Amino acid sequence: MRYITPRKAAEGLGSAHEGTQHHWAMTVSAVALTVLTPLFMIVVARAIGLSQEQLLAYFGRPFPALITALFVIVGMVHFIKGTRIMIDDYFQGGVRKAAIIFSVIFGWAVIAAAVYALARMGLGAIVVL
Amino acid sequence: MVQLTLPKNSRMRVGKTWPKPEGATNVRRFNIYRWDPDTGENPRIDTYFVDMDKCGPMVLDALIKIKNEIDPTLTFRRSCREGICGSCAMNIDGGNHLACIYGMDEIKGDVNIYPLPHMPVVKDLIPDLTHFYAQHASVNPYLITETPTPDKEWRQSIEDRKKLDGLYECVMCASCSTACPSYWWNGDRYLGPAALLHAYRWIIDSRDEATGERLDALEDPFKLYRCHTIMNCTNTCPKGLNPAKAIASIKHMMVDRIV
Repeated sequence: MRYITPRKAAEGLGSAHEGTQHHWAMTVSAVALTVLTPLFMIVVARAIGLSQEQLLAYFGRPFPALITALFVIVGMVHFIKGTRIMIDDYFQGGVRKAAIIFSVIFGWAVIAAAVYALARMGLGAIVVL
Repeated sequence: MVQLTLPKNSRMRVGKTWPKPEGATNVRRFNIYRWDPDTGENPRIDTYFVDMDKCGPMVLDALIKIKNEIDPTLTFRRSCREGICGSCAMNIDGGNHLACIYGMDEIKGDVNIYPLPHMPVVKDLIPDLTHFYAQHASVNPYLITETPTPDKEWRQSIEDRKKLDGLYECVMCASCSTACPSYWWNGDRYLGPAALLHAYRWIIDSRDEATGERLDALEDPFKLYRCHTIMNCTNTCPKGLNPAKAIASIKHMMVDRIV
């Protein structure tokens, strides 16, 4: 039982004065993905059937490597911000905070793994050393 | 927070079936949500039969007939009976409508009537709209100016006045907000379509001088940005308004401030 007025309950903690940057970032990344997704599909399609050596050489070239890197980075940033929206919708309290932390860690882990894989394919021996 | 099942004390059971009117040939069945806080019992669905040959065409006509002639304990709000006061908003045939302007000819089969979804119930078909009204009040739904009041009226061009069309007609029936899943799950913090439509009505008013402060107050992940353009609000509005468009316009203005 809390003896607060309805107006106080409606006001809550007031405005966080944020949200528009997140909204705009989602819009920008969504637009970017409409270009990057078909380009990435072309990159993947052209890699089908290549041998391992040919594949390493393929992703050593700038266009496939950069498109793949951009697709994964922009896609996962979009994923992190998108899951934040869903988490805010469906969870509260400690579960919400834990889910946000998990989502951010997972998203950046995927980005790190993808960038490392591309770097290793493209730079090969240097990275292994 | 999202709830996939009703709490135990909100689960409905089969209630009383009232007798059919004698001698009636054109009878319609009404299944109506009933809950009395004084009994401590779970809600129930009572069944009534109404002689349609002796009843008006609107759902509210049938409810008034049931209350007058069958069961005087049936409780619901109503006042103007012409879609102006917004009192008789309820969930009819699976959608939120004003009972006074929703014709029974639009409903096939039984008429199922519940209170507005996901709101605390005061009794029977009466939802508790205290928080909803407080949210509306929180957007300061009135003209705010710094300039000294002119001797006559605040002047407004015909073009600027037209921008208020489709906004000022809202009767605060709560049909839109209670149809919105985002409002169901986060109604404590999300202002909902009705309050945001009213906020936009004053943001876009050419005479109002608090536009920046109004946008500041709305810029919040929960107060505004829980709207995901689901459009239930626009689909259900009994007055044919478009709260989703108003919310999108607020978001555009927010972006225009940073880009």
